[in-house]
Amino acid sequence: MPNSKEMTVIASKGTLDWAYPPFILASTGIAMGKEVTVFCTFYGLNLLLKDLSHLRISPQGNPDMPMKMPFGPKWFQAIDFSQKIPNIFWNIPGMELFATRMMLKTFKNNGMASIEELRSICVEMGVKFIACEMTMGMFGFSRDDFIEGIEFAGAATYLDVADKSSQDLFI
Amino acid sequence: MADQTLDMCGYACPMPILKTKQALAKMNTDEVIEVTCTDQGSKKDFEAFCNQLGHKLLSQKNDGNKIIFNIQKN
Repeated sequence: MPNSKEMTVIASKGTLDWAYPPFILASTGIAMGKEVTVFCTFYGLNLLLKDLSHLRISPQGNPDMPMKMPFGPKWFQAIDFSQKIPNIFWNIPGMELFATRMMLKTFKNNGMASIEELRSICVEMGVKFIACEMTMGMFGFSRDDFIEGIEFAGAATYLDVADKSSQDLFI
Repeated sequence: MADQTLDMCGYACPMPILKTKQALAKMNTDEVIEVTCTDQGSKKDFEAFCNQLGHKLLSQKNDGNKIIFNIQKN
């Protein structure tokens, strides 16, 4: 259906960095006149929790992540530490939190909206969210852990929605 | 002269598009909104946005690192 104005996203990741693409694409899709459904499954369920403050990035095992400092003189900010620091360094307790703080600061410096802000715009603009009921049970979440106004369903419901849509993205 | 102005300087993608969409929703057909932003990616994005929704991109100007769009609502 090339002219369908429907779009779906499967959000399968729950780290702070990967929380952005589903919300950015979903809100932009709505802004461009599409009907948007986001199916949150596995770690993507994190994106629908009431409290998002636990979202982290992990430089561990993530050597493609540029590591530039969001403060200091220009020459210092230009250094990409990901090429200089051995990955094992990120095993040190506290480093993940440090990297998360740095990433949050980088987002802020670049005028990026916070995840909370982007999500509330998505909800306000009418993005439909489906939480994967199966993964919820598996990870021990209850319906009360999630924001209001979302649907709880499974793969068949998602595929039924995706059947009518012309853009389906797996993130 | 635009009927509405929207200053999105300093905001990154997708905020300029989202706020423009929300502002347009409150406007009448043929009214014009002037959006100023610094997000360089928005040059292409506003073209695509207008193209999808049938709004008219009347003009696009550069002023230093600022980009000024005039969009007429469909």
